[in-house]
Amino acid sequence: MSEVNVRVHHLTRVEGHGNIVVDSKNGQVVDARFEIVESPRFFEAMIKGRRRNEVHFITSRICGICAVGHTSTSIQATENALGIEISQQARVLRKIVFYGEQLQSHVLHAYFLAAPDFVGAPSVIPLAAKAPEIVKRALRLKKMANRLCEVLAGRHVHPIAMMPGGFTKYPTTKELKSLKAELLSYSDDVDETVKLFASLPVPDFAHETEFITLKNSKEYAFYEGDLYSSDTKKTTRQIDYRTLIKETMVDYSTSKHCHANRDSYMVGALARFNNNFELLHPRARRAAEALKLKSVCYNTFMNSHAQVVEIVHCFEESVALIDLLIEMTVDLNEPLAEPARLSGRGVGACEVPRGLLIHDYTYEDGLIKEANLIIPTGMNLANMDANLRALAPKVMDKPHAEQELLMEMLIRAYDPCISCSCHLLHVEWV
Amino acid sequence: MKPKVAFFSFTSCEGCQLMFLNLEDQILDLLGAVEIVNFREAMKEVLSDEYDVAFIEGSVTRDSDAEEVKELRKRSKIVIAFGACAVIGGVNAIKNFQPLDDVRKYVYGDKWQTYETAVTRSLEDVIKCDGRIYGCPPDRKEILEVVTSLLTGKKPNIPDYPVCVECRLAENVCVFDKGLVCPGPVTRAGCGAICPSFGNKCIGCRGLVSDPNTNAEKDLLAERGLTVEDILKEFRMFDGLSEVSK
Repeated sequence: MSEVNVRVHHLTRVEGHGNIVVDSKNGQVVDARFEIVESPRFFEAMIKGRRRNEVHFITSRICGICAVGHTSTSIQATENALGIEISQQARVLRKIVFYGEQLQSHVLHAYFLAAPDFVGAPSVIPLAAKAPEIVKRALRLKKMANRLCEVLAGRHVHPIAMMPGGFTKYPTTKELKSLKAELLSYSDDVDETVKLFASLPVPDFAHETEFITLKNSKEYAFYEGDLYSSDTKKTTRQIDYRTLIKETMVDYSTSKHCHANRDSYMVGALARFNNNFELLHPRARRAAEALKLKSVCYNTFMNSHAQVVEIVHCFEESVALIDLLIEMTVDLNEPLAEPARLSGRGVGACEVPRGLLIHDYTYEDGLIKEANLIIPTGMNLANMDANLRALAPKVMDKPHAEQELLMEMLIRAYDPCISCSCHLLHVEWV
Repeated sequence: MKPKVAFFSFTSCEGCQLMFLNLEDQILDLLGAVEIVNFREAMKEVLSDEYDVAFIEGSVTRDSDAEEVKELRKRSKIVIAFGACAVIGGVNAIKNFQPLDDVRKYVYGDKWQTYETAVTRSLEDVIKCDGRIYGCPPDRKEILEVVTSLLTGKKPNIPDYPVCVECRLAENVCVFDKGLVCPGPVTRAGCGAICPSFGNKCIGCRGLVSDPNTNAEKDLLAERGLTVEDILKEFRMFDGLSEVSK
């Protein structure tokens, strides 16, 4: 009888520590799960009693790869809680830094973490010898993304200039013009990235699920919007996220599981692509066509391809927003906007590289009293388990090594960020 | 033979390892000079269980992790504490200032006993380390300085003077003169005073210089009307394990 028994201890080429466990008995799948074994980190407790201008410095340290995402979401929650209104130039600048992180994270995942599986290499290191041009291109694009964050916010891993109320330093027109010229010099590398991923064979797989993302009418939503479910086709205000998203503890994971309108849902690049395809930049839509990615796509393995589409989109949007800033003429002396009150609750939500991220803070007399964070990888865990369960019967006749590789590729496709997922939450679900 | 190098992470954001990967202009040369034998975040292959140099990121927050760290020490000729969490405890030590069981209950509710945790320790609280890379995140230049020093057998040049020195060289307006408080006068330089250079204050992520004038710093802060609790919070963000934070 064909069976599948896969044990992957500490899955590699992902951020953080997790194990894959899949078992069948008499040809029936009895167990399929991705266990999170990262040490718990307790960020919600750590920010209690902290002031508005220091909270995001702590929450940025949840994750080095999505530091800008946590910083942005944390600042939004603080601004919403305390009634801080930011200027248009601050909003535009934040979006460019945000795109810089998407680019950095997607390039890292698509080239360094996911691509080796598609070409049968254990990591990017042997690729550096076999296909040095590809690795050099990946490094160039990574550097481009880092430059965006460095010029505008000081650095990508734990940005400096982003604060509640705006930025502590604004770029000059000269800096913006030179940044734009630098960015445009990488345009061919962006096209070559699309060509490379279009040439990689993708495992055939489809598992229908619910996709949850931000959505707004003006743009492909990353930095602002309401919560949107592909099941109900309805939006939910950020502050009401608890009416949509429910969380439960599971014994085998130091991260909680989430569900909305069914047992699991997916967040991330593929979910965004499916929910907001119409608002992609035309060049990104052409990239999707070249990658044979069509909305709605239920093949989880295509998440890396959706990331490539977003690389094209974020590249184009960054150029456009830098142009907008140049046109606006940035006020270099703009002070940080002040809070209207010292107590209140606020929610921030952004589409960080791995999907929807929510920070929910309650301030009392200027200090954090309650905090709740919901992390994309935490939201995806239940869907990962459901995907593993769906894939397992399809691979029972394959050799063990191939079964294991496909299971690893499936989880890696989510680009899980495990340090992030282990902070969990203080929640009273009704 | 090329030196065998490995990267490991414990309780951390893995940003230090990302800073290593962010050496985009040097990484291919580095890969030519060393053999990376274990780097879970970036590679699947495990090429050796013994290391000439192990870079270990993160604090130790579980007793089981302490055992693992000790095992890595046995298998490594040189251990480098990589980044603030490993060197001084970093943000992970913030939780030490609340009763541990309260922290666990706040985050995990009635299942709080399911998940193992302990009081946060730095890597050097658990094992002897041969070198340090400071900062949250570490500066690229310092990573390169330590790596090239290891390859050439020289002692790395790491500053032991306050951030203020670099801040003045950068011609920044003093943070205190902007009416803000700043741990810069007692924090170890080496970052190029990047935070004040981007209009913010120093956040003390590189820890104290080895002979800090902490009383003067506390007086400086108190003169500006801050309470002892406010002042302690400045130090407790990254350097909660040090005497001054107690």
